[in-house]
Amino acid sequence: MTATSGSFGRPMAPKPSLRRKSSRGSILADRAATVVLWGTGVLVLLILGSIILHFALAAWGVVSPSFILSDPSETTLGGILPVLWNSIYMLVLTMLIAVPVGVLGGIYMSEYASENAVTSAIRFAEEAISSVPSIVVGLFGLILFVDDAHWGFTALAGALALTFFNLPLMTRLSEQALRAVPQEERSASLALGATKWQTIRHVVVPLAIPGLITGVILTAGRVFGEAAVLLFTSGIGTPPHYNFTNFDLLNPASPWSPFRPATTLSVYIYKLNSEGLGAFKNQIVDGSAAVLISMVLLFNLGARGIGRILTRRLTAS
Amino acid sequence: MPTTATYPEPVLRPIEVTTSKEGADEFAARTDDVKLSTDRVSILYGEKIAVRDVSLTIQERSIMALIGPSGSGKSTLLRCFNRMNDLIPGASVRGAVTLDGENVMETDVSVVELRRRVGMVFQRPNPFPMSIFENVAYGPRRRGQNDRRKLDELVETSLRRAALWDEVKDDLRRKSGLALSGGQQQRLCIARVLATDPEVILMDEPASALDPVSTLRIEELLRELREAYTIVIVTHNMQQAARVSDVTAFFTMAEDRAGYLVEVGPTGRIFTRPNERLTEDYISGRFG
Repeated sequence: MTATSGSFGRPMAPKPSLRRKSSRGSILADRAATVVLWGTGVLVLLILGSIILHFALAAWGVVSPSFILSDPSETTLGGILPVLWNSIYMLVLTMLIAVPVGVLGGIYMSEYASENAVTSAIRFAEEAISSVPSIVVGLFGLILFVDDAHWGFTALAGALALTFFNLPLMTRLSEQALRAVPQEERSASLALGATKWQTIRHVVVPLAIPGLITGVILTAGRVFGEAAVLLFTSGIGTPPHYNFTNFDLLNPASPWSPFRPATTLSVYIYKLNSEGLGAFKNQIVDGSAAVLISMVLLFNLGARGIGRILTRRLTAS
Repeated sequence: MPTTATYPEPVLRPIEVTTSKEGADEFAARTDDVKLSTDRVSILYGEKIAVRDVSLTIQERSIMALIGPSGSGKSTLLRCFNRMNDLIPGASVRGAVTLDGENVMETDVSVVELRRRVGMVFQRPNPFPMSIFENVAYGPRRRGQNDRRKLDELVETSLRRAALWDEVKDDLRRKSGLALSGGQQQRLCIARVLATDPEVILMDEPASALDPVSTLRIEELLRELREAYTIVIVTHNMQQAARVSDVTAFFTMAEDRAGYLVEVGPTGRIFTRPNERLTEDYISGRFG
């Protein structure tokens, strides 16, 4: 039977063929887009994979419990305990300052501020500070805290400089996370006679937790990785042996004190790589890099886990 | 007391502004029971007028249905009663809206207190992403009720009243409000409002997102709630208005797109012998 005659022999309009009729150009563009986009994805994965693989291989045989748990040494492989401790310490200290301020700032920008000159000035400042090179932020911290305030190189100076550096991002990400909470949720709460603050506290913030956690992770990643801001503020010296039983927060000899120099892992990598002379320099750098990458990954996973638990507890869902 | 709209310019075609005799008599007999009223209320979004000059009275423990085509300002008017229009930037309300004779538009009225007395159920069921229990306990908790036994009791009573208890009693704390079906979610939202012990319940097309069976359950529920609450319901479904309401107010849109009240009266009369041609056209499906 042909397509031109139907039942009862009546002529029928030719049925359109299912075979491709699109022009060669559009087919080619479609295929090219698929290949390019797929290729880009693979490239990203390859880069990430090769970084991890490189340091995993380079650190093989270097990273061991003793590498993580001993003090640096000039003559042997030694370890990275103090700088690893400092990285974690700086992370916690910075987050203690940046998270509350950033989240409260985000709440203000998302829930209270109306679009006016003040908010556009804040937004402008957020963008401006975000684009200031980190070395300049470090220099600013040096002038303000280390020199003018006579604190010297201290963990606190570093944490405050990092807060300057991170606050715009933290505020912006918090604002976005809070804005993403549907308006209906706010209406539902307000219509039940909740006040604005109760609505924010019991509905908006709990629902924004996953987004807020993303903000914390991104900010924290920058704390782990940041070297330039800290070179001039928390110091670059090889740390002494830390006595972890000294809990005197005001004593600069205590590893718990914010009033002491605190060379972090990233700064240590920079220092060794640029001016280190020891025989084991390269192994220590590779090992440190591997530990740094693992810490960032662990932190990301941990933060997401905590986020899930928090969301469950706060919304009971 | 005006029971029909007055509006500045004649629209579409000249309409005589008449007062329904039947309606007037019925209302006159029950004026002491007025729970809610609007007196020449106009609502503007910026410069644009959305609702013009509406005067209505709503009797205590009755159901008033607001019907009319989309854009006729029913929902906008509804949101005046609990001042949810406050949340819309640029919205302003003129005229008086009273609850028990008190003008709720006054600046020193606490919207928080008002919304506790005038609850609202939205068009799309919007339970919080919390457990069923926490959804119902939300309002009382915000008022400082933290006594576990009292909350348990309140949650159970509210869910029973909303005809949801039997379906959810076994996983009150384990199941999220969002895990329920659409109809159950809407009954949960009603329970959530009942738990705040309101006097008035506003419903903005509460069944428009639900299947027919769930819709009927909501309607049955409304008839029961009428015994204790004053209910104002916006609906696009005329059978629904006819089935559940005591009084029906018909709105339409003027040429400048402002909504206005065409007529209001006992539901039976509005659906059988409306005074206005516009109403008749609308309910018989010739318009809107």
